[in-house]
Amino acid sequence: MNGRAGILLAVRAALGACALALGGCAWDVPTSTLVGRSDLAHAILHVYAIITWTTAIIGTLVFVVLAIIVVRFRARPGDTALPAQIRGHTLLEMSWTIGPALALLIIAIPTIQVVFRTQSAATPPNALQVTVRGWQWWWEFHYPELELVTANELHLPAGRPVVLRLDGPDVIHSFWVPKLGGKRDVIPGRLNHITLTPDTPGEYWGQCAEFCGASHANMGMRVVVDSAADFDTWVARQKAPPAEPAGAAATGKTIFAGSACVGCHTIDGVSAGVLGPNLTHFGSRTMLAGGMWPNTPENVAEWVKDPQRLKPGVKMPTLGLTDDQAKAIAAYLSGLK
Amino acid sequence: MATPHDVAGAQPASAFTGATTAGARHPALATTRSWLTTVDHKRIGILYGVSAFAFLLLGGLEALLIRTQLLRPQLGVVSAEFYNALFTMHGTTMIFLAVMPLNAAFFNYIVPLMIGARDVAFPRLNALSYWIFLAGGLFLNASFLFGTPPDVGWFGYANLTTLPFSPGPAVDFWMLSVQILGVSSIISSVNFIATVLNMRAPGMTLMRMPLFVWMTLVVQFLIVLAFPAVTVGLIFLMFDRFLGTHFFDVAAGGDLHLWQHLFWIFGHPEVYILILPAFGIVSEVLPTFSRKPLFGAPVVIYSGVLIGFFGFGVWSHHMFAVGMGPVADAAFSIATMLIAVPTGVKIFNWLATMWGGRIRPSVAFHYAAGLVALFTIGGLSGIMHASPPVDLQQHDSYFVVAHLHYVLIGGSLFGIFAGLYYWWPKMTGRLLDERFGKLQFWVFAIGFNVAFFPQHFLGALGMPRRIYTYHRGSGWELWNFVSTIGAYVLGLGVLLFLIEAMRSLRHGARAPADPWDGRTLEWRTSSPPPVHDFDAIPPVYGRDSFWREKHGDSRGQRPAPRPPTPDPHGIHLPSPSFWPIVVASGLGIAAFGAIGFLLGPLVVALFLALVRMYHRDFTPGETRVPAVPGLPSTPAGEAVDKAGD
Repeated sequence: MNGRAGILLAVRAALGACALALGGCAWDVPTSTLVGRSDLAHAILHVYAIITWTTAIIGTLVFVVLAIIVVRFRARPGDTALPAQIRGHTLLEMSWTIGPALALLIIAIPTIQVVFRTQSAATPPNALQVTVRGWQWWWEFHYPELELVTANELHLPAGRPVVLRLDGPDVIHSFWVPKLGGKRDVIPGRLNHITLTPDTPGEYWGQCAEFCGASHANMGMRVVVDSAADFDTWVARQKAPPAEPAGAAATGKTIFAGSACVGCHTIDGVSAGVLGPNLTHFGSRTMLAGGMWPNTPENVAEWVKDPQRLKPGVKMPTLGLTDDQAKAIAAYLSGLK
Repeated sequence: MATPHDVAGAQPASAFTGATTAGARHPALATTRSWLTTVDHKRIGILYGVSAFAFLLLGGLEALLIRTQLLRPQLGVVSAEFYNALFTMHGTTMIFLAVMPLNAAFFNYIVPLMIGARDVAFPRLNALSYWIFLAGGLFLNASFLFGTPPDVGWFGYANLTTLPFSPGPAVDFWMLSVQILGVSSIISSVNFIATVLNMRAPGMTLMRMPLFVWMTLVVQFLIVLAFPAVTVGLIFLMFDRFLGTHFFDVAAGGDLHLWQHLFWIFGHPEVYILILPAFGIVSEVLPTFSRKPLFGAPVVIYSGVLIGFFGFGVWSHHMFAVGMGPVADAAFSIATMLIAVPTGVKIFNWLATMWGGRIRPSVAFHYAAGLVALFTIGGLSGIMHASPPVDLQQHDSYFVVAHLHYVLIGGSLFGIFAGLYYWWPKMTGRLLDERFGKLQFWVFAIGFNVAFFPQHFLGALGMPRRIYTYHRGSGWELWNFVSTIGAYVLGLGVLLFLIEAMRSLRHGARAPADPWDGRTLEWRTSSPPPVHDFDAIPPVYGRDSFWREKHGDSRGQRPAPRPPTPDPHGIHLPSPSFWPIVVASGLGIAAFGAIGFLLGPLVVALFLALVRMYHRDFTPGETRVPAVPGLPSTPAGEAVDKAGD
């Protein structure tokens, strides 16, 4: 734990010296790459710190020499004498060829170690398998062993290795939750993997990192890392059938079942569409429409009425719902805990 | 039969002396015509420079719109779709239409002068590459007029670019214009390889060539070898979009890694295509203003060549996130780190050049020293993401945006500004105001750093690239705000240069032939040089030949003056021609035809272009002798393209 804290401190100090001088910026923002919450993220930060310090030292050296030069060797007014016409110095030039090459070893060795360690082909024995599918512009998470499908919000148990199988149905996306480690592209026709073990319960933000079209900026996600017990509770709730709606929500269900919604969305027992997010437990998610807006009934009503306004280019059609219809559908969906 | 060629040929003097002689024609018309038909490397250089600067302003405007949209979270200055078009056009414009042709402006204007030649090897081919470049640039930007600017990123990753995901003509505009621009670049580089290898003044061995000429030569080889790769990719894409093939159709077995490999085999050498000319410029400016020879010049040359070689072996470091596996990741990581060695050597040799000098801190020197400092930052952040684990946190984040702008502004553009301030007197015959220039430098440099240094922080805080908006609470608000303010200051810096350039052209003090106590041959002729560059081909006594003539070698020993090289054929200069602009517009029309699926215009335009090329290549031009008093004249009728014999 001490070593890890030291690494974090080192990275932050080196990268952030200027920023801190400018008024103490907080590095622990929701998507910080400098705060690790998984074994993968810590392995990366280990190399990150070494490289940051090495390059910072070399950079400082160059800057100091350059500063000395512009102060010391500026021509005095009226001084027209020529300086010594030195054309080169073999030993010096050899030393600043070989020196940096050696300095690169400091970076290269831990780099190669971490590359092979974090991309090991072996799957840890008790790993949780999750298939991640990147769609324009939302995320689908499929837990094959648990027979669960959810969207935009990925729940993981702390302390247990997880293997994310990245699979792409349309264009290239990139799965990136900075605090849990580096990104990996989701490429149609190619299967990629990320193996990591989240270590601290909490909510981590992520976002698509490969430009994927009009609403690339609106393709967010949340990863909720639960304690083992909380994760089991969550799984049980997701496997239960959704609550039967009443009142306005019941109207909403009728509208939903009778409209184009069912062509793309699955709600267990109601519809079986597969082109859009599975909505069976939509109400249990904190965020809406690709993890970008808080999942409140008001936002849901606005979203179903005019999806293009919140998310330009979105594939979900504008159905021409009235305000009342939109509210009823929102009430229904928000009730799907 | 009066073809345009005959008409142009009948008034050769107009092309040599600008507006002065045009018979009965209107002088403005004659001037325009002389520029349209020019084959003079200096005029083509100026055409490149002016067009590229205009595109630089356009790309800068796009950048300012991007930064304005990101000033605060959730702004709606531009729509998502238009924002995507803006960063696509900004990248494509800055790379292909601003930095590359600004470098080409110096290749054209300066390289023949530096090697003591009277023009490039193929002057009309040179005009052709300029006009094709212009046609490509105008064609790309015509997409705005049609309301369908490209919006898939300058890297155009398949399969987002294929018909199912990008149905309109936006991608066609991008794909065709990059092909057109590639034609221009390849023609030009063949020309400059031939020029540098064949047309050096007697005595200028390869190792005596100025560094800028060396870097130019390396860049031409990079262009010739790199552009075919992206052209193959673009042709695959064109087949997919126009003819229904399946290179990038995953369902039909297409492989999306293919595009990325083809693109980056071009794309990474392209980085060196953009930066090496700046290294060349700095290697001229620093010795001149330190009044010392370049420290370890042969090593600086070799390291430039080595960077060029290594540049072809590192492309997959743009692809660490695609999942190539640990072996490929490790190999490309090591190769990328290795490239830091020759790059570092250059930095250290520049520092040693300045060390012990008597530095005259001109504006050109400011920009050159600025490059040494800022490129160091860009180079070191590059080493950071040479490490795949670190890159997986930095790739496609604002950290990379910061890195690439430190390389392409802090490196390329600072080098170009150094070159502009350095060679402006030679190119225009006027001086730029040094005090105003220093103000311009500081505004530009401060604006640049305020705009781009905070983007390192944004990347470290996890902000991805190419997002048109972000949310409150992301922690990215402060640095985006600061960065945008910096971008405005940077824009002001460019504007200040424009103002001073305009002023200097009208009212600037007259420049002497050698205002900086220069080292290389371009300072040995008048400012601006006569149309034939040198009255007599200059003698070459060694590296920094002109300096040796003035100050002697390192021991102060002056070379024995050598008589000018005999010029048995007199001065040959090629005649002006309308054909280059005609052929180039044929390519532009063909591209429009391809977009509209108007097979007729496509075939007709291609046919015309081919016929004209045939006509051009197999019709001997005429040698015209300008009226230079005291020089031997040559009978007309010899082949133009032998100007360099």
